[in-house]
Amino acid sequence: MRDLLGWLDHRTGYRGLLRSVLYERIPGGARWRYIWGSTLMFAMVVQLITGVVLWSAYSANAQGAWESVWFIQNQMAGGWLLRGIHHYMAQVTIVLLVLHMMQVLIDGAYRAPREVNFWFGLILLQLVLGLSLTGYLLPWDQKGFWATKVATSIASMTPVVGPSLQQLLVGGTEYGHLTLTRFFVLHAGVLPAAVVLLIVGHIYLFRRHGVTVPKSAKPKEDGYFWPEQVLKDSVASLIVMATVLGLVLWSGGAHLGAPADPAEPYAAARPEWYFLFLFQWLKYFPAGWEVVGAQVIPGLVLALVAAMPLIGQWKYGHRFNLGVGAALLGGIAMLTWQARVEDAADLDFILAKAEADALAERASDLAALPQGIPITGGLVMLRADPLTQGPRIFEANCSQCHRFDGHDGLGGQPDDAPSASDLAGFGSREWLAGLLDPDQVATETYFGATAHARGRMVRFVQRGVAGFTPEVRADLEKVIMAVSAEAALPGQASVDADHAAEIVEGRQLFSSEAIDCARCHTFRDISDGDVGPVLTGWGSREWVLGMLHDPSSEAYYGEDNDRMPLFGVDELLTDAEMGLVADWLRGDWAGQRTPEP
Amino acid sequence: MTEEPQKNETGASVPEESAEPRRDFITGASAILVGALATLAPIGAAVVALIDPIRRVSSASDMVLVARRAAVPEDGSPRKFTVTADRKDAWATYSDTPVGAVYLRSVGDEIRALNVVCPHAGCFVGVAPDDSRFACPCHRSSFDLDGVVNDPASPSPRDMDALEVEVRNGDEVWVRFQNFLPGREEKTPV
Repeated sequence: MRDLLGWLDHRTGYRGLLRSVLYERIPGGARWRYIWGSTLMFAMVVQLITGVVLWSAYSANAQGAWESVWFIQNQMAGGWLLRGIHHYMAQVTIVLLVLHMMQVLIDGAYRAPREVNFWFGLILLQLVLGLSLTGYLLPWDQKGFWATKVATSIASMTPVVGPSLQQLLVGGTEYGHLTLTRFFVLHAGVLPAAVVLLIVGHIYLFRRHGVTVPKSAKPKEDGYFWPEQVLKDSVASLIVMATVLGLVLWSGGAHLGAPADPAEPYAAARPEWYFLFLFQWLKYFPAGWEVVGAQVIPGLVLALVAAMPLIGQWKYGHRFNLGVGAALLGGIAMLTWQARVEDAADLDFILAKAEADALAERASDLAALPQGIPITGGLVMLRADPLTQGPRIFEANCSQCHRFDGHDGLGGQPDDAPSASDLAGFGSREWLAGLLDPDQVATETYFGATAHARGRMVRFVQRGVAGFTPEVRADLEKVIMAVSAEAALPGQASVDADHAAEIVEGRQLFSSEAIDCARCHTFRDISDGDVGPVLTGWGSREWVLGMLHDPSSEAYYGEDNDRMPLFGVDELLTDAEMGLVADWLRGDWAGQRTPEP
Repeated sequence: MTEEPQKNETGASVPEESAEPRRDFITGASAILVGALATLAPIGAAVVALIDPIRRVSSASDMVLVARRAAVPEDGSPRKFTVTADRKDAWATYSDTPVGAVYLRSVGDEIRALNVVCPHAGCFVGVAPDDSRFACPCHRSSFDLDGVVNDPASPSPRDMDALEVEVRNGDEVWVRFQNFLPGREEKTPV
């Protein structure tokens, strides 16, 4: 063995190399204050390892990015942990960078002859920020998409080259496949390679000049990198890792929003917390001054920081630099705090965030269903989901007149009072029983605010039904069961099955003399009445679609149609949209079923 | 092992350190030139490929059917409509896919269209809950219902981007959907 290592050393000289790496002399011995650089090195290695493994499952295209990240997060063994470590280590890296810079500044380690190394560090800082920025987009979720749009918009404001720069970054005029491939090559190729090169240079220069022993430090014996300093560095790295693991476990892993959608607003768009100060900063620049706020001033600040080693040569230079550092840090902290405070007091933001979280959860639930994510991607999947789209379509097209459980479908309140029935639970026994309740039929929930308020149906309920004997009332219950069974609501399937006999009976009673719905309504094979809407298949998907398509057709309200638009005939909604709103009203969607209201 | 004069792979003796190589300018210049020539093609190809997106101009859109006139509220309040169009994204073609959104508003007999994208930094502008104005959720840009900046502190350098609208066959609202560069006073199509 010894001979073998001897041979290897002769051929490679590894012993000398190892010796020079490990037995670096540290004047004044190992110290805790020297750990920051090493913890950053540790963080970089962690990012490299987790990043490469994430890469092995990631797909950089508009129909694969969100989808593959969802897969990593939810299906891959340990994927959530891997992604969580990568995500939170990135954030901890920023904190460590700030601490490292503070230590360098306070100890005066940026001054001659270490200027070049300080500049290397400054470039590294920007590369790391670049890694954060590019990494934020890669999951291709709403959050990353809209936040990055702001970032590339700022790039486009650069004088002269701005538009071209933006096009280069985005890979064209619109966000798409090439935006992802380009951000990915920056994130996983160009920037890490530059980081590795600069770290090599950084460490080389650091070794060349050695540590900066703080003036205040008590004189100690000289020590060596191995093992004294390495032990301290390892302890620090362990603490860093424990912090990251703590964050992953506490948060349940990195968040994944709903798939990116250029046509859907995302009012909760915010950058990562360490860019929040810039975000807040931009609010203070009125029209025409964006470039100053977004580029000129940050550029000048960076130039000032880069000039610190030169300023440091001046008598009061070090104090000046410390002052600048403290002011910058304080300013950044204040802006960040301000941004947080404003968001915490902004109800719209809080609501938008809650909505975004709900949507993210729904997208993830849909992806986890047996049918999974279609080849067309998560966004198409989400757009075909009645639970997600139904309320939006309802709010935009129906809520001017109708309500859903008292609101506009999305939980809001339209300006005008309702002028048509509340459609929550439409098709259910409860809904029908309410319609046939003399106390309810003429309220806003049913026909109270419509042209039918004084119509035959209301009259029938208020005069006829109100006078029903208990026996007839019991029969009416069965008719309600029978008509509601026509809807075949998924949420009522088991109840309908339980009452099969009553339903059959109810169909007979529909035209009974005492109840006589058939006087006005057509139902199954009973077709005497053609005054009111046909009740065959009432509340079923086909029936609702027919109503949306043409409420003034003979089978529905005919000439009695109040103000309901002919959504299909007039092409106000597409077939797909009508299908989505019908499915949503009927509680017919894939995945978790909420009970009928 | 005894010390031997070092030899390179071909067996020729490596010149000793004391023998300074002759500083021949021509040789040096040739070395750089030939090296540059050798790498010219791959670097050239790389640069050309990388800047390819710049020569792609936006397929300045045709008019797209966005909505039926009846779907635009008559009371003059804005309503958001998704704009769907055919789109080619690098290698993939999408038919009838959402490419953006517009606010449509009916003013008198006219229908007006505004791009939802904020001219400040590209966020999605929202409508204030009382339908009285447009408000951007990102940096507090604020516009009146005509899309005109209505707050001196608004960071938006220009009004919301109005789009060309045409009402065809009486009830079809067609819009020339376009995006514009954010953060500048003039409306420059992307």
